[in-house]
Amino acid sequence: MASLVGSRVERKEDKKLLTGRGKYTADVTFAHQTYAYFVRSPHARAHIKNVDISKAEKSSGVVAVLTGKDIANDKIGGLIAGWRIKSEDGSDMKVPAHPPLASESVNYVGDHVAVVIAESLDEARNAAELVKVDYKVLKAVVKTDQAMDSENIYKDIPKNLCFDWLLGDREKVKEAFDKADKIVKIDLINNRLIPNAMEPRAANADYNPSTEEITLYTTSQNPHLARIIISAFNGVAPENKLRVIAPDVGGGFGSKIYPYAEEVVCSWASKKIERPVKWIADRTESFLSDCHGRDHVTHAELAVKNDGTFLGFKNETIANLGAYASVFGTVTPTYLFGPCATGVYKMPAAYSNVKAVFTNTAPVDAYRGAGRPEATYTIETLVEKAARELGMDPAEIRMKNFPTQFPFQQTLVHSVDSGDYNAGLKKAMEVADYKGFEKRKKDSESNGKLRGIGFCSYFEACGIAPSAVVMSLGCGIGLWESAEVRFNPTGNVTVFTGSHSHGQGHDTTFAQIAADRLGVPLENIEISHGDTDKGPFGYGTYGSRSLTVGGTAIVKACDKIVAKGKKVAAKMLEVNESDVEFKDGEFIVAKSNKKKTIGEVAFACYLPGTYGEVKSPLPEGEEPGLKETSFFDPGNFSFPAGSHICEVEIDPDTGNTEVVKYTAVDDFGTIINPLIVEGQVHGGLAQGIGQALYENCHYDDTGQLVTASYMDYTMPRADNFPEFNLGFTCTPATSNPLGTKGCGEAGAIAAPPTVMNAVMNAIGTEISMPATAEKVWKACQKMNKSNSKAA
Amino acid sequence: MKTFNYHSTKDVKEATKLASSSSAFLAGGMTTLPSMKLGLASYKDIIDIKRIKKLSGIKVSGKSVTIGSTTKHAEVANSKEVKKAIPSLAALAEGIGDPQVRNRGTIGGSIANNDPSADYPSACIALNATIHTNNRKISSDKFFTGMFETSLKKGELIEAVEFQIPEKSCYQKYPNPASRYAIVGVYVAKHKSDVNVAITGAKSCVYNEKSIANALLKNFSSSSLDSLKIPSSGMNSDIHASADYRANMVKVFAKKAVDAC
Ligand SMILES: Cc1cc2nc3c(=O)[nH]c(=O)nc-3n(C[C@H](O)[C@H](O)[C@H](O)COP(=O)(O)OP(=O)(O)OC[C@H]3O[C@@H](n4cnc5c(N)ncnc54)[C@H](O)[C@@H]3O)c2cc1C
Repeated sequence: MASLVGSRVERKEDKKLLTGRGKYTADVTFAHQTYAYFVRSPHARAHIKNVDISKAEKSSGVVAVLTGKDIANDKIGGLIAGWRIKSEDGSDMKVPAHPPLASESVNYVGDHVAVVIAESLDEARNAAELVKVDYKVLKAVVKTDQAMDSENIYKDIPKNLCFDWLLGDREKVKEAFDKADKIVKIDLINNRLIPNAMEPRAANADYNPSTEEITLYTTSQNPHLARIIISAFNGVAPENKLRVIAPDVGGGFGSKIYPYAEEVVCSWASKKIERPVKWIADRTESFLSDCHGRDHVTHAELAVKNDGTFLGFKNETIANLGAYASVFGTVTPTYLFGPCATGVYKMPAAYSNVKAVFTNTAPVDAYRGAGRPEATYTIETLVEKAARELGMDPAEIRMKNFPTQFPFQQTLVHSVDSGDYNAGLKKAMEVADYKGFEKRKKDSESNGKLRGIGFCSYFEACGIAPSAVVMSLGCGIGLWESAEVRFNPTGNVTVFTGSHSHGQGHDTTFAQIAADRLGVPLENIEISHGDTDKGPFGYGTYGSRSLTVGGTAIVKACDKIVAKGKKVAAKMLEVNESDVEFKDGEFIVAKSNKKKTIGEVAFACYLPGTYGEVKSPLPEGEEPGLKETSFFDPGNFSFPAGSHICEVEIDPDTGNTEVVKYTAVDDFGTIINPLIVEGQVHGGLAQGIGQALYENCHYDDTGQLVTASYMDYTMPRADNFPEFNLGFTCTPATSNPLGTKGCGEAGAIAAPPTVMNAVMNAIGTEISMPATAEKVWKACQKMNKSNSKAA
Repeated sequence: MKTFNYHSTKDVKEATKLASSSSAFLAGGMTTLPSMKLGLASYKDIIDIKRIKKLSGIKVSGKSVTIGSTTKHAEVANSKEVKKAIPSLAALAEGIGDPQVRNRGTIGGSIANNDPSADYPSACIALNATIHTNNRKISSDKFFTGMFETSLKKGELIEAVEFQIPEKSCYQKYPNPASRYAIVGVYVAKHKSDVNVAITGAKSCVYNEKSIANALLKNFSSSSLDSLKIPSSGMNSDIHASADYRANMVKVFAKKAVDAC
């Protein structure tokens, strides 16, 4: 049987998703359904003096109007920060209370004040306009780099500082810098982004008063986590009385990893009114209240020798957390950022110092790549600048500092198990035809255009797991993953995974793995996920962990199935277990024609009695049934890496920048399905190029979100991109038996510095993301002026 | 969205009779529906005019191209007659928004709305258009009166827009990267005895940039604009483009348009 692993199997789920037959949270409607509409703060910062609901309560169709006082009276817990970070001085991070409905103060535009529940959405929305909130408006703190010098938003959090964290050794770095021939410095802004999942967030909670059970449908990347947080921390219902279902989910990019106020409020409210409560975000609510991404202000320095050898690295960053510490808000700018900021290089000394600040903006949390795009942007623009200042080729300076021995102990945390960075960069230069660049540049110039080329070599730490490691760094949960493989009596298979697919194609990839492992045809395998009442607890999907961690759990459960199957087959075939081999779905006795298919064995496991001639196939002491569970906790993260090269063409008269050539060569270890992997790279690149050239979340000085619709927030479109040239190298991961490393975030990590390096190469000066036409045009004007002076 | 009465009529008289101070005509709905959904506008009566046959279609004579008010952008973009008579007009329609918008949005809705960064108003000014309504003809230089304002009276219905066929013309637009409306759009048209340079996106309302038009009237070549300086006063300024940038782009795109004429 040909192996399915490695083949371009078309996505099983696409027929359903592309023909409108998916089932999303918004598609679920219960009998006696009610609809929720949230009253949100129009101010970035204000005290709530009074909330008057008397008119709203009397409005047509209204079932209930609930406020922050009600939720406090019912002792519903606040939203949590999932990761405890300590400051350099050893003190704990400081976080404000984050009630699901505010009762004392509101801290960003969109903050939740009250919920109106009515027979229809229109009635709920109309009544919400009648809720009168009396605010005392306060001066908002908006800008990341000014937060520490502004008024305190929260009484007991001085300087709006959540923590001042250090990773690395300042002394060693100082010594390294003292020895340097040259110190290259850079100031960067990592622009704030809005995730924009295609499906807006939604929740539908249905409380059954006779069983006291709540069923919550929600748009989650991580239903098990939602369940444990809503029960253990918010205290809405005990875990056994809360079932969370994340059915089809239309993208998340990190913004749907954890529960928000709305899920907590809908669940609690459903219990209160004893009717199901449904909420669907409109697009404006998504812009305002989905957690945003990035938002760093960074100063970084690189100490180098004249021959290009790196000696040391400093990273001083201010990270904006928004108004509250969201679940992964504190780990994203620390452990997901700091360690990777030294890049793919041998770096004898380094530190990352991050000051995380609160502002009156939406909470900031993980967004595709989470911390690693920010890290890669920092080091890769700095390295490129070093090459410029030393007059070295950008490829040469990188190769000079690549490690060649693996495992490679990276400066700050990670022991990278495998990789071949030289091979990746060389292949990228080939695919990109680096040699031909000068000619292409001349051609562009003859058309009045500027052309630039940019490089980026990255690595990242994903496959987010090792429980022992992450818990030692302050994580409040373990991060293993589970799988249950269940043979049905008729020989087909259902695989339950604790991870979650919201567009990544798990139904196909995971089925390929199980099909190979069990010798069962792909179409006889169903992947089930997203329901806490089906299959074991798991930790969901983010950080490119589903395949390396969750896929491995599937492999292990399949192996247990085969092990039991061998015993049963041996009994059925009346031979010793050691004489039975398993291959391509058959248990075979060597040097004989005796065999049983895995389907026959499965059937026998479910009918273990003795009847006439038929003897029970179950060995003594063996339980009936054929179903195995595995929990996999790897020993290390996985470390995808790669080199990307971009060429841009700029019209100096308008500043318009076009990406004309983009090459990505990635090492994702073993690739299960190249078609799906290429799709993931394309999507990541779209978001990464989007960050570099188009996307930008903009709050004005009063904290109003200016980019609150697609009329102002620039989503990149297909016509903004060239055909991508993709290539792959492969050094298998050693931390999981599949050898996979994860591919979901790579594009979003590598593209911003790659594109920006190309832009800066073309115009010869530094500019910040997004490189909008006006910014580039201004830089070109300056360049013209200085050129004419020089001439 | 607030509830409203929906009327669909087949006849201009009935449509205008239904109109009141709290009604809107529904053509493509590309502006009306989003603003209702966002709660920015609400109406008691929505009067759908798409079924009125005489409002849709394209007629070309020796001197002019007349486009019915409910004719969709995609129909203008794909029309062989328009492409032949005034290719720049078809190209303008092709550059509006995205396929969804072009397959719904209409010329009548666009000019009635008079968005400061809409494309069609510049075509009207550049091509000396006459706006035919249910009871009069309005010349385009009297039609666009201010930001989102026109000389249409309450309940007055645009039936068609008649464009004068120029000797040569070109529309060049720098699209807003998010919405794809014009940050700056410049429509240059050379007629027998005059030149129009209609600018959209730059100020609160479309206008004819006389300094460029006069320079081109003397010498219809882009080099005649080299020494010209467009002041930035009165130009729009927002997160996408400053007044300064817009002023500069007016000239850059005027030159591009002349070169491509
Ligand atoms: C995403 C998006 C992108 C867009 N991009 C662009 C762009 O790049 N360039 C551009 O120019 N436009 C753009 N538009 C606008 C679009 O082109 C439509 O033309 C415009 O929205 C109005 O046309 P409509 O037919 O949809 O009018 P409707 O929304 O139906 O009506 C708009 C207004 O005009 C009135 N009206 C409609 N027809 C008549 C009539 N015959 N007589 C009198 N009054 C009438 C209505 O009462 C209403 O007040 C965009 C729109 C969207 C949603």
